[in-house]
Order: sequence, then C-alpha cells, then structure tokens
Amino acid sequence: MSLLRIRNLSVDFATASGKFRAVDGVDQDVNTGEILAIVGESGSGKSVSMLAMMGLLPWTATVTADEMSFDGHDLLTIGKRERRRVVGKDLAMIFQEPMSSLNPCFTVGWQIKETLRVHLGLSRKACHARAVELFEQVGIPDPERRLSAFPHQMSGGMNQRVMIAMAIACKPKLLIADEPTTALDVTIQAQILDLLTSLRDDNGMGLVLITHDMGVVAETAERVSVQYAGQKIEEQPVLPLFQSPHHPYTAALLDALPERATEKHLPTIPGMVPGQFDRPAGCLFSPRCKFANSKCKAEQPAPQGPELGHARCFYPLNTDERIAS
Amino acid sequence: MSATPVMTAEALQRHYEVSGGLLRKPNILKAVGGVDFALYPGKTLAVVGESGCGKSTLARLVTMIEEPTSGSLTLDGKPVVPSDWASLRKSVQIVFQDPYGSLNPRQRIGQILQEPLIINRPDISKEEREAKAREILSLVGLRPEHYDRYPHMFSGGQRQRVAIARALMLDPKVLVLDEPVSALDLSIQSSVLNLLVDLQEKMQLAYLFISHDLSVVRHVADEVIVMYLGRAVEKGSKEDLFGAPKHPYTNALLSATPQADPANKKRQIKLKGELPSPLAVPEGCPFAPRCWKTQDKCRAERPELGVTPHSAACFFPENAEA
Repeated sequence: MSLLRIRNLSVDFATASGKFRAVDGVDQDVNTGEILAIVGESGSGKSVSMLAMMGLLPWTATVTADEMSFDGHDLLTIGKRERRRVVGKDLAMIFQEPMSSLNPCFTVGWQIKETLRVHLGLSRKACHARAVELFEQVGIPDPERRLSAFPHQMSGGMNQRVMIAMAIACKPKLLIADEPTTALDVTIQAQILDLLTSLRDDNGMGLVLITHDMGVVAETAERVSVQYAGQKIEEQPVLPLFQSPHHPYTAALLDALPERATEKHLPTIPGMVPGQFDRPAGCLFSPRCKFANSKCKAEQPAPQGPELGHARCFYPLNTDERIAS
Repeated sequence: MSATPVMTAEALQRHYEVSGGLLRKPNILKAVGGVDFALYPGKTLAVVGESGCGKSTLARLVTMIEEPTSGSLTLDGKPVVPSDWASLRKSVQIVFQDPYGSLNPRQRIGQILQEPLIINRPDISKEEREAKAREILSLVGLRPEHYDRYPHMFSGGQRQRVAIARALMLDPKVLVLDEPVSALDLSIQSSVLNLLVDLQEKMQLAYLFISHDLSVVRHVADEVIVMYLGRAVEKGSKEDLFGAPKHPYTNALLSATPQADPANKKRQIKLKGELPSPLAVPEGCPFAPRCWKTQDKCRAERPELGVTPHSAACFFPENAEA
C-alpha cells in the first residue's frame, strides 16, 4: 500500500465573488522512498493540494475527497490533536519562502528544538545535541554558534537549510518540499537538491517536490505529475514524460523551454491560465490548445489509462508506437 | 564588431560605506569593483552571477540612478557626468524584475505610459503624448482597450509588457533589463522573451540583460559577462563562453544549472560553501576559497581579466587551448 493515497481531492475557496475551485479531482499516490515532482504554473493548485492534506488551509477552504490517507491515518476524519502528532513528525513540509516562514522573534535554535521537544520529548541536552547534528547534516557551518542566531542574521540559503533541518528533524516518512530552491542561487540550489536526494537514500522517506522548474524536475524526480488549473492532467515517470509527453499542455510547456529552442523565437502558449470567471466548460486547456475541436470545448475529458500517462485529453499525443505494438 | 558602441564602461566601480559601529572606522563595501563593457546597437550583453555579485548595482550605475565611485561611462561617445544626467537618462531606460511592484496601482495604464513624456518632454502636446502611448501599447502586443485599465487587472506577463512599453516611451537607445522574466511563469516567459527579441530587431536597441538564469541567457545573449563578488571573472561571446568556459566559477555555474533533459546525467561540480561577505573579499582571487583548483598563487595574487575577446580572470583556466 502506498504511503500517501489521495483520491478525487477537491478544494473550494469561498471568496467575495463566489466559490473558486483551486483543486479539482486530483488523485495522487506516493510510495516510500520515492521522489514525486508536481509541476505546474502558478495558480495550478499544486501547493494547495498539499496544504489541504496537511490541514493548513484557512477556514474559507472546503476540502472534499473520496479518500485521503497517510501511513494508516485517515486524514479526512483525523482529529486536531491526532493531526498535530502526525504533522511535523511523520509528515513534514518545507515551505517556499524561508524568510517569512521562520519566526523572527526566536532564534533558529529555539525553533528547531521546539520540534524535537514536542514530538520526540527529548531532554534539553539531547535536543541540543540533535540540533547540532541536524545543522551539520544540512551543511550549516559552525552549527553551535548558528543555533543562537536569529533568522534575519542569516542569508536566504542558510534559512532554507534551517527550514530543511526542521522538516527532517523527526525523520519524517514523507517530506513535502514546496519550491525548496526557488529563492536560491543555482550553486546553492544544487547543494540543497543533493541534500534532499541523499536524505531519501539514507532514510527511505518519500519526497514530494513541488516546483515549476523543469530543469529541477528532470534532474531530481522519478515520477512527475503535471497540474493545470487545479487538475492533474498527466502523470508519467520522468524519462517518458520528457521524451513523449501525452497531454498537449505538457508538450507545449516543454517546447517553451529556452534551452530547447532552435530559433531566435520561442514557441509560446497563447492565452493564459483560466481564472475564476472564465473557466471553460470542456477541457480546461482547450482555449489555448492548438489541437482543440468542438468536442474538447464542450466536454470534460476523463483521464486516459496509465499507458497514456493518465492524460486528461481526448486526443493524447505520441500514441503511435503504442498503437503499432 | 565594426559598429560603434552606443555605451562603453571602463573600470566602473561603486563602493558603499558601511558603518562598522559608532566608534569604529566605516567599512568599504565594493559592490562593483571594476567592470568594463561595451554595448552595441541591436546586440545583447548579458550579465550573470549569483545574488550579491553586484549585477543590480551595475544596472543602477548604467541607468544613472547612482554615481560611480570611479571609472568612466560614455554614452554615444560623450562622457556621462552627473550634471548631464537629466538629459542623458532619456536614452537609457530600465525594466525591473517585479512587474507587481514597479507599476503604480493607482494609475491607469495610459497614465503610466505618458508619465515619462510628461516629465522629460514637456514640449509634446497632450494629444501627441496619447497617440504615442497608444502606439507603443500595440507595439508590445497589448490591445487598445487596455489603455484605460489599472495594473491589477493584468496578469504578470501583461504587466511586464506594460513595464517594457513604459521603458520604450522615450525612444531609448539602451534598455537595461534587470531579471525581466524571472518572476514569470514558463509559458509567459517565452512570449515576453519573443517580444524583447522583436523589439530589439525593430528598434535596434542595445540590451543589458541581467539574469541569473543561464538557460535564458544562453537564448538571448550575444556577449556574456560572468560576475563574482563585484568583478567580472569571465567575458566572451555566448558561443565561446557556453562552449568552452575558462573560469572555474563559470564552469561550476554551468554545471549547477539544471537541464531539462533527464536522459543526460552529467557530472556535477560541487561548490563548497557560500559567497563570502562582500565586506571581506579574499586577498587573492575572490573565488579561491571555493575553487577546487586553488594553488598558493591564487591566494596571494589577484588574477586580472585579459583583453582578448574571450578571457577569464584566472591563473589556471579550464579549456586553455580552446
């Protein structure tokens, strides 16, 4: 059985102008020791679906799902106390902006020791020793001294490492990394991604990497799920996704990468992601898709089978070789 | 390079005084410590480097927001001195990184576009100003009905188009692009890059393209300067620099940039540590503490950038024969 299992997850936000569906019928599985990447543009619901699972959404959000379970816990019916015992311990998250996710009023040492104290019940001495050990593990130089530093005294890269140290403090079974390297320079980014991969190798934890950087996906992930406007539109292992994408959106997104360009002009995707008021009736990508016909505009396509990457499309691409065989 | 450069910089430096405390001597922070370059019409010079390497300070010097501590800047052959700034600024315009922060939320797009003309060209009549704003609006791919809208009604990509349109209102010769696409989504990024390419061809603009994203730089640049701790460590044409990088730092930067090709597993050069504080730049080569080829000479002497078209400030460059 998979570590995390989500079936038909939807999240609605009550806004002043009515209901807004941020996540729409997403299925997701993560196994132990696996690196899953969720890619999508901003507003595609990739962060919200993970926050819903963690129970971190504000009261304006309505979460519905057929099933949402993590390591034997049913996350739909779990009580507040029970959830607090799981979240932060077995299920941890690295947030996007280290500068605004750390508490500026406490030293980073205090913040990381809080996790250890609450979840593991370690003594002061044991907490301190473990905190130093964690800081060394994530590559923070001079850990003893850094423990008593405040977040504003450290650089973005260092704060991100503190966030990672906090997330892995209790050896989680599943780590969700929400754009862990977006705010960082490439040389630091490479270090952090190496660190996350090695943690997976050592502890056998599952890793969900939320990102919009196709380069990071290609180099780190094993399985990739592509989200668009709240729906999961395709899911494939990383190699076939880059070689033969089935959904037109994935294909267009890959074509738009500057490094794949052959001419001075890049291929573009016309239009923009549908918002609250211009959600199309049919396929959500149909207004921007160059293959769309009247059927696409009228009906919502159901996901295809696993051999076509679960693509939510009536006319998936790159199907020839499979028909022939 | 037969054309005459529209802008040249020689040994451009900018230092800041950072107070070390009430009774202590103030420290000198060399944000930009000697950079040379030349911008040609219709060509793009890209400046790459990590945060804190002085690329944005360089943009502020070039756009005459700040005065260089030393070194000289010329525009169209004339030296740039602060007394002439007001008139010279018309030829150099800038597009900022964050299209959400750089447009006034209380002004309509038309007003935003006219503002540079109101300030710099009081001789132009209101009608002409409006006509010009509408013309530029269509040039950057926005529709006429966008003229009376407010910035909050636009997406990030459209806002960046507005910011580019505003920069073009005064018919500049040089456009400084400070991370123009790094705040945009991938599908939007490509269309803004296309727009920049088109505008450059149409108006023969010289671009100073500042970015940390090497895959974007590789696509748009003609010439590239790699900066590290306020100094240029390598310069060269795009083909030379990406094809056969000489400076170890450039090499590390290239290898750290993730490539969207899962089949191509390459050897990564792992850099240790972080950028040293710009207040305490190492004695010799600034990159020496993180470099894997460091020898005693690197720690003692500072290597200088050569004069050849493709050169690196390094005693033991990689790809030396190339």
